[in-house]
Amino acid sequence: MNRNIVLRLQLWALRALRRPYFDLPLIAALLLLALCGLVTLYSASDLDRHLVLSQAARFLLGGVLMLAIARIPPSVLRNWTPWLYAASLLLLVAVAVLGQGRGAHRWLNLGVMRFQPSELVKLTLPMMVAWYLHARELPPRWLSLAAVALLIGAPALLIAKQPDLGTALLVAASGVFAVFLAGLAWWRIVLVLGAAAGAAPVAWHFMHEYQKNRLRMFLDPESDPLGNGWHIIQSEIAVGSGGWFGKGWHHGTQSRLEFLPEHTTDFVFAVFSEEWGLIGVIALIVLYLFIVGRGLMIAANARDTYSRLLAGAISMAFFVYVMVNGGMITGLLPVVGVPLPLISYGGTSAVSLLAGFGVLMSIHGHRKLLPR
Amino acid sequence: MSRRPASNSRKRIKDAQHESASFRARAIAGFALITLCLLLLGARFAYLQITRHSEFSARSDSNRISVRRVAPTRGLIYDRNGVLLADNIAAFRLEVVPEQIKDLSAMLADLGAVVALSDDDIEHFDALRKAKHTFESIPLRFKLSEDEIARFSTERWRFPGVDVVPYLTRAYPQGEQFAHLVGYVGRIDAADADKLNALRYAGTTHIGKTGIERSYEDALHGEPGYDLVEVNVDKRPLRVIERVASTPGKNLYLSIDARLQRVAEDAFEGRAGAAVAIDPRNGEVLAMVSVPSFDPNLFVNGIGKVDYSTLLNAPDKPLLDRAIAAGYTPGSTVKPYVALGGLELGLRRPDDTVLSVGEFFIPGQSRGYRDDKRGGHGRVDLVQAIAQSVNTYFYSLALDMGIDRFSGWMSKFGFGKPTGIDLLGESAGVLPSREWKRGRLNQAFYPGETVIAGIGQGYWVITPIQLAQAASILAARGVRHPPHLLRAIQDGLNTPAQVIATVPADPSIIHNAANWIPVEQGMIAVVNGGGTANGLGTGFPYVIAGKTGTAERYSRTDETWTSISTAPIERHQVLFEAFAPADDARIAVIVALEAGRSGAHDAAPIARKMLDAWLKDDDNVRTAGGPT
Repeated sequence: MNRNIVLRLQLWALRALRRPYFDLPLIAALLLLALCGLVTLYSASDLDRHLVLSQAARFLLGGVLMLAIARIPPSVLRNWTPWLYAASLLLLVAVAVLGQGRGAHRWLNLGVMRFQPSELVKLTLPMMVAWYLHARELPPRWLSLAAVALLIGAPALLIAKQPDLGTALLVAASGVFAVFLAGLAWWRIVLVLGAAAGAAPVAWHFMHEYQKNRLRMFLDPESDPLGNGWHIIQSEIAVGSGGWFGKGWHHGTQSRLEFLPEHTTDFVFAVFSEEWGLIGVIALIVLYLFIVGRGLMIAANARDTYSRLLAGAISMAFFVYVMVNGGMITGLLPVVGVPLPLISYGGTSAVSLLAGFGVLMSIHGHRKLLPR
Repeated sequence: MSRRPASNSRKRIKDAQHESASFRARAIAGFALITLCLLLLGARFAYLQITRHSEFSARSDSNRISVRRVAPTRGLIYDRNGVLLADNIAAFRLEVVPEQIKDLSAMLADLGAVVALSDDDIEHFDALRKAKHTFESIPLRFKLSEDEIARFSTERWRFPGVDVVPYLTRAYPQGEQFAHLVGYVGRIDAADADKLNALRYAGTTHIGKTGIERSYEDALHGEPGYDLVEVNVDKRPLRVIERVASTPGKNLYLSIDARLQRVAEDAFEGRAGAAVAIDPRNGEVLAMVSVPSFDPNLFVNGIGKVDYSTLLNAPDKPLLDRAIAAGYTPGSTVKPYVALGGLELGLRRPDDTVLSVGEFFIPGQSRGYRDDKRGGHGRVDLVQAIAQSVNTYFYSLALDMGIDRFSGWMSKFGFGKPTGIDLLGESAGVLPSREWKRGRLNQAFYPGETVIAGIGQGYWVITPIQLAQAASILAARGVRHPPHLLRAIQDGLNTPAQVIATVPADPSIIHNAANWIPVEQGMIAVVNGGGTANGLGTGFPYVIAGKTGTAERYSRTDETWTSISTAPIERHQVLFEAFAPADDARIAVIVALEAGRSGAHDAAPIARKMLDAWLKDDDNVRTAGGPT
């Protein structure tokens, strides 16, 4: 029995060495990003070593998870997809009923650890949409579209109800990108977008008061400079005072003197902008663009529709993080709690992001295993 | 239903190649869209970081940099010879940092058992506490006694967040003597705070409330220094970026002579009244006394409510600065001015005589206006009329002038309007005139009122400083030098004091200089020629010119004639005005007493003592001496 296990482990290690299943440029970019994140966090937390170490530990956990998922063939993932989706949906319902958290029901206490099912959905939803479209005629027509809308809408609404608008947005975006990549006709896209715009007032009606306030403040932050507008104003001051080259690492007064709220989490990008200036911001945006581009390249080279759509959706959803967070700290978009990927402090999002990249690596690593 | 899956599977197999190509197109489109969006985001960053950089840079600085004002040291006040009238002395106060206190009211109750805390202290503390941050140290009790410091030191462990802090407090070494003149400082209250430049007074706890302390608050206060401190979002200071020292307030040298002031004050022997001495050559006020007085030191750190109401309600009104704010009936002291008016207006020549028979009648009226002496003074000229204070002479002269010329002339001596001395709270007094009566009582002016105005009765109200100014103008042969208290300003202890240039005076109000001589002679005769204050000049090295005044405190309601000698003392306000040396006056003095037998009996001796102090005892050295 023991010998058997040792033998199998040796075999596994041999295979892993011969075929590592990961994409070197993507790994390099992610490592660079994680490093940049730790350096920024060290400054933003005012040299809190404990905080940086705990973030590094999460990166390690996420990295291991990423490499593990990379070894699972996409075909296996595809077979698991409906079950995973159903399970995550059930967990969301469980959260709605039993969940706990500060003001919002997002967490599920599993006894040993707390767990945020919405993070799981970030992966299982694009998987499910890809799984569904994989078996359908492409480009999708109204009927498939309606089915997909249901697949996206159910978890997105459950998450939005928690309330966690940011995650709901990210989750929905990943599903929508899958449909877009599946080749949904442009005229249908226009129609759907038009309908969504028409439904906006309805959405306003269902929003929480704090969410409405965020939108109001986004439109005119200076109207309440000490109240709801404070975040946006202080963030813009941090960004704007950075100038071309920034104030230098750990010289950002806005964060160090605590004018900038949430400066290790949602507003860490403002700290980065204040300390590294426009040059640093451009470098960071280029790095993000590279990761998205590399992900789309992996998607284009994938061997089947499921893999293509899933890889593409994950990559494009990654962009949404950057856009929503960057837009928020510069006052371009309303305040929505979306972290800056791999830079904002916070465990679950880093782990789920890296798990997503694990799926990408798997798709990349298994692209040539089967003939076309 | 059965047809669709078949068609689907057929299509899927057929279009696998097409799907891959279509995906590539969509991936490229998606990447293009993403690039576009990120470009937009980059543009937004560039807009904030480059276009609006300077604006946000400034706002970032104003966020983090806070100015902490450092209160300047208040300027000192000296008399003309450098005698200190207002000093800064080291003292200790209790300060409290509210955020370090768990239960403030319990702490204050406990602390009250160790160090006396008045309701006033706690009221002020509460007001400050609301205006400041909780981490700022707020003064609670000023000027702790040594006993209190010792007691607190042993109990200190019970009061975290409470500390004894050294500071400079105002002290008035001369005590009561200059209470009205120098005034006092007090804690800044809400009413003051509204009027003050908040930045300039940010670190200041006290402000001039009365007297010189108030009127020269601006010069005395100085300019605050500041620390530029980096603060966090709670405004908690983290480090000092830049420090600028404060500029102490200017030291003031008054024209007052403390010695003369003390002589005058002592001469009053506690009787209520006021005295003012002015140098007629330049308007410098040499002494200004108001009796009774109070201890200004009581007010510096908050006078107790009981003490204050005692002072406020005392019948002899110690808080009133009689020298500038009390109204007196001038009585006969106006006669020299009226006489001069008669000459200047050409209504009288010096040797014109008037027959005094004890009673004066306006032609066609039956009411009589009395002389002081039963049966009258007989036939008197101008000099005798002043020397003997003959009412009839002035009744007829005032009647000849008429009220318009009378008030027009008398206003040239500054009656009926504030003198403009550099103190606040000066009264205007009343110079009887047609306009004044019309404005105040809406009545016509009757000849009988003109008649009694001629002897300083009726509607007349003067303040001591007004009469002193008039005497000073007369002494200077009609030249007015505005009375003032500030003589020199010193910018820090190491620089010489700058004597303030006197304002060039207007030409004399006397057109014919010869007219002044008989008036002077009359006033000399008051003192030296058998006049109302005969004998006052005995033993004095110079010739004194003076005039008595004895006015009835209560308006005459019946026709009974009462002799001065038998009148109750309380019945009269008594005054005396004088200048000396008569030909070349170096000092003009007026004394007003609220109760007395006569101006000569009670007021004149005080004036004599002041003249002695200035011209005789001191050999006149001090007049020339400046601040040292």
